[in-house]
Amino acid sequence: MLNKNLNQKLFDADVEQIPTRNGYGEGLVSAGEEDKNVVVLCADLTESTRSEAFAKKFPDRFIQVGVAEQNLATIAAGLGVSGKIPFISSYATFSPGRNYEQIRTTIAYNDSNVKIGGAHAGISVGPDGATHQATEDIAIMRAMPNMKVVVPCDAIEAKKATVSAAKVWGPVYIRFGREKSPVMTTKETPFTMGKAEVMWTPGGARKKADAVIIGCGILLSNALRAAKELEKEKIYVSVLNSHTIKPLDEKKILDFAEKAGAVVTVEEHQIAGGLGGAVAELLAKKLPTPIEFVGMQDTFGESGKPNELIEKYGMGVKDIKEAVKRTISRKR
Amino acid sequence: MAYFHEDELKYLEKTATRIREKIIETLLEAESGHSAGPLGMADIFTALYFNILQHNPKKPKWPDRDRLVLSNGHICPVQYVALAYAGYFPLEELRTLRRLNSRLQGHPHRGTVPGVETTSGPLGSGLSQAIGIALAAQMDKKKYWTYCVASDGEHQEGNFWEAVMFAGKHKFLNLILIVDRNNIQIDGYTEKVMPLEPLRAKYESFNWHVLEIDGHNIEDFVDAVNEAKAIYEKPTVIIAHTIPGKGVSFMERDYLWHGKPPTKDEAEKAIAELRTLGKKIVSEHE
Repeated sequence: MLNKNLNQKLFDADVEQIPTRNGYGEGLVSAGEEDKNVVVLCADLTESTRSEAFAKKFPDRFIQVGVAEQNLATIAAGLGVSGKIPFISSYATFSPGRNYEQIRTTIAYNDSNVKIGGAHAGISVGPDGATHQATEDIAIMRAMPNMKVVVPCDAIEAKKATVSAAKVWGPVYIRFGREKSPVMTTKETPFTMGKAEVMWTPGGARKKADAVIIGCGILLSNALRAAKELEKEKIYVSVLNSHTIKPLDEKKILDFAEKAGAVVTVEEHQIAGGLGGAVAELLAKKLPTPIEFVGMQDTFGESGKPNELIEKYGMGVKDIKEAVKRTISRKR
Repeated sequence: MAYFHEDELKYLEKTATRIREKIIETLLEAESGHSAGPLGMADIFTALYFNILQHNPKKPKWPDRDRLVLSNGHICPVQYVALAYAGYFPLEELRTLRRLNSRLQGHPHRGTVPGVETTSGPLGSGLSQAIGIALAAQMDKKKYWTYCVASDGEHQEGNFWEAVMFAGKHKFLNLILIVDRNNIQIDGYTEKVMPLEPLRAKYESFNWHVLEIDGHNIEDFVDAVNEAKAIYEKPTVIIAHTIPGKGVSFMERDYLWHGKPPTKDEAEKAIAELRTLGKKIVSEHE
């Protein structure tokens, strides 16, 4: 049963679709209105990272660095130790991809108050191909001490995550997609960094889930579709939106994993080192539980339409349903 | 030109010698670290911490302080020693350099040592951070100056030139870059490993104002900083020609001393030399 605080038209054919990066753009403006120390830096991708609205509204607080992601991160590092709250906008393959070491040393270790916005993440980037599809970014950011990692599921959540990132001290990585994706949440849906949200629970008289799907990002809409379809087969699941991968909401994840006894993780990222890795590490340590991983299986993507790619690389509704059945079959 | 009172210059030059001695002692105690760069930059760091910088060692976070960003973090022994003599922390603490639980990390880390503005060591990223700090000052209409000390070798990093290009665009920053042109890097002489020359022409073509000085002449350096502050339409780089290992004859100009500390015998010899060669190093004005 879909949580009441979510968009109830989610399963309609004409569900509203907005790219998550748009939420980033709106969030930057809101954060900028709330705090004059918010500054935005961009590496020649102002329009496509949706930094444009901020640049127009606050030209004195917008810094264009040109095609130079290493400089992007390090200038922001200097601003972030001088009372500013810099957001750096680029594509995730370049930032935090190309400038990984600058982020590590001058932002994370240096504890500079910089927020890293990685756009065009995941295979749903589509026709640009694998060079521009970041599928390792969660892993490299999650392994970094002092770094928080957030993957919003839709444009509304992306806006909340952006505004919230400006308010917490320290380095935060937020990941966005390029293409339009279903709006799952509403303005009223709660968002707290570090706190997972329940999106779906077993319907009708059934109280206990057979498995829990823990996901992040735009693929949660596939997870919810899978949950709905599985009910027709009398398989009952819960779906958790673990938008914050670091710090992980350990308590809620353990609670749901314990009740269901079987877990599936869903993310538009390599299965190594991402949300799946984080959940598996937690369960291995505290509560060994059968787990299946939906995500990129140690391979690069290619050009294509977003949905074609998601299907081809095993992250479609069908794949999630199969993963649920596999993990349930492994229960003892 | 120079307006120093003779006594003040003597004081600065003696301070530089004390700093050199303490660098040798500190490296000997640490049993690892870099010798040549810190000795070569002792005069510049003395001038910065004991004459140029507006700072308060008792209030290291004073908002209006001048900022010093050390880009080539591996020469931090000279900064640590200068900070200690300036009063940021006790001199005895220098004995903990590179040891477990020390505030004095092998490469400087912001937040642990008072007076250290940024974490550094990985080369090529200090100028960008200094630019960020100077941009914040400009946005907040603060008057403080940001100084960046960088090595010559780190000009081989792409990030460095990204920053040089950026500063050429934002010319009104209160920013001064000081390049330690000592001609050595770990693998050998810079012009052999990856030539940097013509360095002046490179900066000029990126719209920088370029000053070149003898990095062991404190008066010249202070003059250069004053000139840099007077140049509004361009960022200024002071290319300080220094002798790596300056003051210790067997270390001078030898790239093999880039990344190693002296042994006990070598340290004794070096300190003895710093003392007996006093006329040369302590003060050329005595």
